[in-house]
Amino acid sequence: MQNISKIYGNGFVANKDITFSVNEKEILALVGENGAGKTTLMKILFGMEQPQSGQIILEGKEVRFQNPIEAIAAGIGMVHQHFMQALSLTVAENVVLGIEPTKGLCFDMEKAVRMTQEVSDRYDLRVEARARICDLSIGQRQKVEIIKALVREARILVLDEPTAVLTPQETEELFEQIKILRENGHSIIFISHKLDEVMRLCDRVTVLRRGRIIGSEKTENLNERKISRMMVGRDVVTSIDKEPARSRETILECRDVVCLNENGRKAVNQISFNIHGGEILGIAGVEGNGQNELALAITGMGNYECGSIRVNGQEIKGRDIDQIRALGVAHISEDRMRMGSAGELSVKENLISDRMFKKEFRRGPFIDRKKVNDFADACIREYEIACDHRDEPIRMLSGGNMQKVIVAREFTSGANLIVANQPTRGVDIGTCDMIRRKLIDKTRKDGIGALLISADLNEVLEVSDRLLVFYKGKIAAYFENVKEVTEEELGEYMLGLKTMNQEQIREAAG
Amino acid sequence: MLETYWNVEWIGSFLFSVIRISTPLIFAALGACFTKKAGLLNMALESMMLVGALCGVLASAASQSLFLGFLGAVAGAVAIAGIICYCAFFLKTDLYLTSISINLAASGGTVFILYLVCGQKSTSAGILKSLTIPKLTIPLIEKIPVLGAAVSGHNVLTYVAFFCVFLVYFLLKKTRIGLRIKSVGENPHAAESVGISVRRIQTISFLISGVFCGCAGAFMSMGYVSWFARDMLAGRGFISMSATNISNASPFLSMLSAMMFGLSQAIANALQITSAPAELVSALPYIMTILLVMLFALIRIGRRRRKMAKLAGAIQEE
Repeated sequence: MQNISKIYGNGFVANKDITFSVNEKEILALVGENGAGKTTLMKILFGMEQPQSGQIILEGKEVRFQNPIEAIAAGIGMVHQHFMQALSLTVAENVVLGIEPTKGLCFDMEKAVRMTQEVSDRYDLRVEARARICDLSIGQRQKVEIIKALVREARILVLDEPTAVLTPQETEELFEQIKILRENGHSIIFISHKLDEVMRLCDRVTVLRRGRIIGSEKTENLNERKISRMMVGRDVVTSIDKEPARSRETILECRDVVCLNENGRKAVNQISFNIHGGEILGIAGVEGNGQNELALAITGMGNYECGSIRVNGQEIKGRDIDQIRALGVAHISEDRMRMGSAGELSVKENLISDRMFKKEFRRGPFIDRKKVNDFADACIREYEIACDHRDEPIRMLSGGNMQKVIVAREFTSGANLIVANQPTRGVDIGTCDMIRRKLIDKTRKDGIGALLISADLNEVLEVSDRLLVFYKGKIAAYFENVKEVTEEELGEYMLGLKTMNQEQIREAAG
Repeated sequence: MLETYWNVEWIGSFLFSVIRISTPLIFAALGACFTKKAGLLNMALESMMLVGALCGVLASAASQSLFLGFLGAVAGAVAIAGIICYCAFFLKTDLYLTSISINLAASGGTVFILYLVCGQKSTSAGILKSLTIPKLTIPLIEKIPVLGAAVSGHNVLTYVAFFCVFLVYFLLKKTRIGLRIKSVGENPHAAESVGISVRRIQTISFLISGVFCGCAGAFMSMGYVSWFARDMLAGRGFISMSATNISNASPFLSMLSAMMFGLSQAIANALQITSAPAELVSALPYIMTILLVMLFALIRIGRRRRKMAKLAGAIQEE
């Protein structure tokens, strides 16, 4: 792929002038943090997205795929993170879907089984062809996806974070199979941010950061430390002045919290920490290491199976979202479109959506229009929300201004704990700066506590007072003083190269 | 009072009526199996059957050919399916709102056409010389007490309906189109990713549904009775839809649940000659529908609860 650039409709530059290649019989690792542009790049290769510029050259010929079908026909196979399978059908049926063999009028199940068996024997991918998908483990289902690509004679195989869902044993097995594929002349693009796996498996590593290629290097010339430094880094170091936090009473107390994800696996595994008034506790980590599940559990939008979460001394288990908010929790959710706001409603209505039933905004059984308008205008002024009018639908606003509306609502709700999950994702620099300053202001002046979850290293390092690093649902590191943390150190903990011992981590609960 | 019912003759004729009443329900429920497997609810079974019934009467009266009459019924129902597909899958209207409006339009539209043709709005009886599909007596079995009375002497279409259960099973289980329909219903993204057009498969499933509803319509106006009457389906489409849904679109279970509803209708008919309140009795099949749907939902909830309890128990043990 040469000089690939992709700019999305909202102006977000996902890929900028990317050139990379994969050779025959090679396992190439494509590494980078979330949002570095790996997935976009692969979608372009697979015909799911069209680039603005650049070209794809396959075996010396320029190609351009309008849709995945063309890419498949050209010999490119993709194993998606979310498996493309029909659960109640058998393995063989899923494998041959779209290219079903027939015998007379009937679908030829025997031949489908044979086709599946043949590929699975050749590459040592042991799956029972007549089993139903819903009876298989995640690892086996992944093999089905690989077989699906191989039956269609894929020569280049893209594996999008294949080990994210696997157990260590399944991962070992997958690696053996990938090596067999390489020996059979296939090329593999292995997308990951697990460096130990990359080092063990891949021949070459290409690193992406913020949509750009940082480097491409043979694995033998690299070590994990080098890759981590290429992957994680701040492009611009900004700094915000802030007074040191004065710890007050405990507001949030998490003890041995366990959350399960939809697969029944532990997304958050026995995590304990405290948040005090007047401070910001940051959580750093590569996305998908349990931060999100924890935020949902604390705000009542998700469940937790074991342990306890106390807000201002009250256990939140069994309380609904409204009751938890009443205990003093405010939530800036990760997804402002889906959870944070109602797009069709006005700025004003979004601002009062959590308090329209409260006395202060009511006159008898009705909503007090004047009070609501005054409140909305005050918010718009204070938070510098750029909108035509308080009655403008919120979806007409830019991402940054939409986020300001949500921040304004959550910061004025009277809560003394703010859970801010990726509060500045995808917003402009000015808004970022304002939201961060407000967050610091609020903790210092009003003595509230804040939990800041962010994939932006700049943000967690600048804004938080204390810092946790999440890795695989556990706390990998705890820093009492964020000022002492270096990026390199943080990167190593985030990517699982190092873990602190239990004693050091336990201090987080102090 | 029991003696009036509890004799061999009565039981035979009661079972006969159960099968007779179940016939259109089985056809429509089988039709709904296809759309349900494709992931969609066919709420327009009612109008497909109604239009099929009218077209059967009109075509057979006009051509005086049984075959063309039957073909007309099927064509009418498939045409309704086609209109729905065009609106919902190509013009992207909401499928369920479209189905509801088609149902309402069919209810009024059939009366309108009936009035144009017959000059009156309630029934075509005595005005249109439409044909009926013949009955079939089965030699030998006819002679067996009870069974003979119950099973022999039905309309040809009744036997076709039971045969179709196997046909549907075969189509869904053993053919390429069946496989594709199921894959679209379970995971449209998966189907799309291997080059299957979801829209086309959904359209095909509705058209097949239309064929079965056409058979049901033909049975109603050319077998069950020998005329067309306004709103003669009286909710059978929706009853069939529930039959398919509670049996998770398995053709055999769909047939069985359709017959459960047929049974309750037959009981209602039998009770009409007693002193039981007539309004309550005629509501019986519909009450039965709600009760069965609730029962199946409760079973499903119980199953899920047990599964979750097991999962939580496993974690506690760790």
